[in-house]
Amino acid sequence: MTKVRVATVWFSGCAGCHMSFLDLDELLIDLAERIEIVKSPVVDTKEFPENVDVTLIEGAIANEEHYELVREIRERSKIVIAMGDCAVTGNVPSMRNGISVNELLEGVYGNERTTTGTIPNEVVPTLLARVRPVHEVIHVDYFLHGCPPPAAVIGKALLALLDGKTPELVGRDLKFG
Amino acid sequence: MTREILIDPVTRIEGHAKITIYLDDSGEVNDAHFHVTELRGFEKFCEGRTLWEMPALTARICGICPVSHILASAKTGDAILAVRIPKAAELLRRLMNAAQFVQSHALSFFYLSAPDMLLGWDSDPAQRNVIGLIGANPDLARKGIRLRSFGQQIIERLGGKKIHPAWAVPGGVNRALSKEDADFIKANLPEALDTIRITLDLFKSSFADQETRGMLSDFPSLFMGLVSSDGTWEHYDGNIRIVDSQGNIVVDQFDPAHYPEIVQEASEGWSYLKFPHYAPLGYPEGMYRVGPLGRVNVCDRFGTPLADAELEEFRAGSQERSGRVFDYHYTRLMEILASLERMERLINDERILSPRIRAEAGINELEGVGIHEAPRGTLFHHYKVDANGVIQWVNLIVSTGQNNLAMNRSIKEIAQKHIHSGKFDEGILNRIEGGIRAFDPCLSCSVHAVGQMPLLVELRTPDGETVDRLIRD
Repeated sequence: MTKVRVATVWFSGCAGCHMSFLDLDELLIDLAERIEIVKSPVVDTKEFPENVDVTLIEGAIANEEHYELVREIRERSKIVIAMGDCAVTGNVPSMRNGISVNELLEGVYGNERTTTGTIPNEVVPTLLARVRPVHEVIHVDYFLHGCPPPAAVIGKALLALLDGKTPELVGRDLKFG
Repeated sequence: MTREILIDPVTRIEGHAKITIYLDDSGEVNDAHFHVTELRGFEKFCEGRTLWEMPALTARICGICPVSHILASAKTGDAILAVRIPKAAELLRRLMNAAQFVQSHALSFFYLSAPDMLLGWDSDPAQRNVIGLIGANPDLARKGIRLRSFGQQIIERLGGKKIHPAWAVPGGVNRALSKEDADFIKANLPEALDTIRITLDLFKSSFADQETRGMLSDFPSLFMGLVSSDGTWEHYDGNIRIVDSQGNIVVDQFDPAHYPEIVQEASEGWSYLKFPHYAPLGYPEGMYRVGPLGRVNVCDRFGTPLADAELEEFRAGSQERSGRVFDYHYTRLMEILASLERMERLINDERILSPRIRAEAGINELEGVGIHEAPRGTLFHHYKVDANGVIQWVNLIVSTGQNNLAMNRSIKEIAQKHIHSGKFDEGILNRIEGGIRAFDPCLSCSVHAVGQMPLLVELRTPDGETVDRLIRD
């Protein structure tokens, strides 16, 4: 049986959705029989591969690198799932949207905050003026609500897709926060 | 001609970290930089929110150790309310923190670092991950998964959710422990204790030789952590102690509320992660380390029998403190054991079942500091509020940041040991990575590199021309 090619990626978020994915616990051992994790923070792959069946995205789009890479991910994935409230709405990372990037950097690294007062601007990616949910940048096929979505909801969605069905998320499955 | 080796994880899509290694004319290593590439700006956007929201908001700094931020924030709230929380609330907070140590340390060891150790530093990179571990040693992998799950289940039973539980609040906690949940913990403790003892025995028989422990980097520094009034290992309360590599106590029983006198932060242009340092020594001389190795190096004892026996074996009668980065793994396992023993003690204390769990009060102070030990090290929250409890100013010193200077030192030392005449290979890259991974950096607190960092190494001239390229996939 050909394994379903699954990727998980992580933009601006806290890793909590990935931890919730790991909270599938021993079900992960069974899932490993049916899926191949081709790209994820927990496996070792150089770059985002071609022909991915399902990609789960945690986090909002917050810097220039995220913005470029999420479009590449869309081109290479059959199904894209926004996993968790940061990907779905922008959530906590978007709370900086009322503050200009310069004011933010000054407020975190300026002379009142650090002994050097140096603002990071080399090698590190430039922050976008506004943090955006994933669907503002690319088409998203399914949304998993929650901060984070409970492991049971992630499992339910994945198992439905593995059986070739549309995930039916109802009631508490759709709860934010 | 000076040259740079850029180690870019190409995990840019996860917004992780990069490493630059600077070579001199003859291809020897001059310096190395560890770049953290993401910023969310909590210190700024929390201004204007209310004190009561802060535990839930700051939990979102990190989904791996949310309990740390929830507890530090609630403790800051206790200080602003000017209350002493009920005994049951303190015991319950301690219980949840112990559960978090278990789940977070188990994640670091079994999911992220064990593949290097058990499958081999030079093994096939495609297999060198947790899936490969499941294939190679399914019994140990399942034990590790169940150990992490035990910690997560306790957090869920106490707080209603495994990740980001809305539970600890200024003044205490908002839900008492049920008899049923206490029984669940008691019933499952023996399996968890069994797993960690088996794992420690495996670790000591395979990796506790002097050569393995010295394989990453080894350098002197200061170490910092909380200790109780008699110098015992502490994870929730207590005062700051700092020791040097000879085991001399530099600072002791220091009130954390006065932390700015001993901890200051610097920033550099090449990383979003700040550089905390021991203020009297200045920057960058004031490098200190926190986390498992820091806590174990500062304490006189764990205060529980099994962990104390491990500590005695670890110290081997020496007064000197280990500066070996590999010993982070060793001390992390010791702390899982200590946390489970503490948990056993807490759950058998009848006071933990009391329904009196929260002190109600309004805003009584306009400034407060909350500090405790997160799995990765000492965590500081510091807020100023107005009379209505609206946040005016926030300072957060996260655990991983305090190891920033040491992580940079670690990769520089490993690179200097292995890269000569500008030559390097995949095995060297994995060791440089290992020199970061041992710290278990929770870069979610800015950005977190979970697991194997895929690496692209480019040898470039100063004008950006690529002269050599190596990809590990």
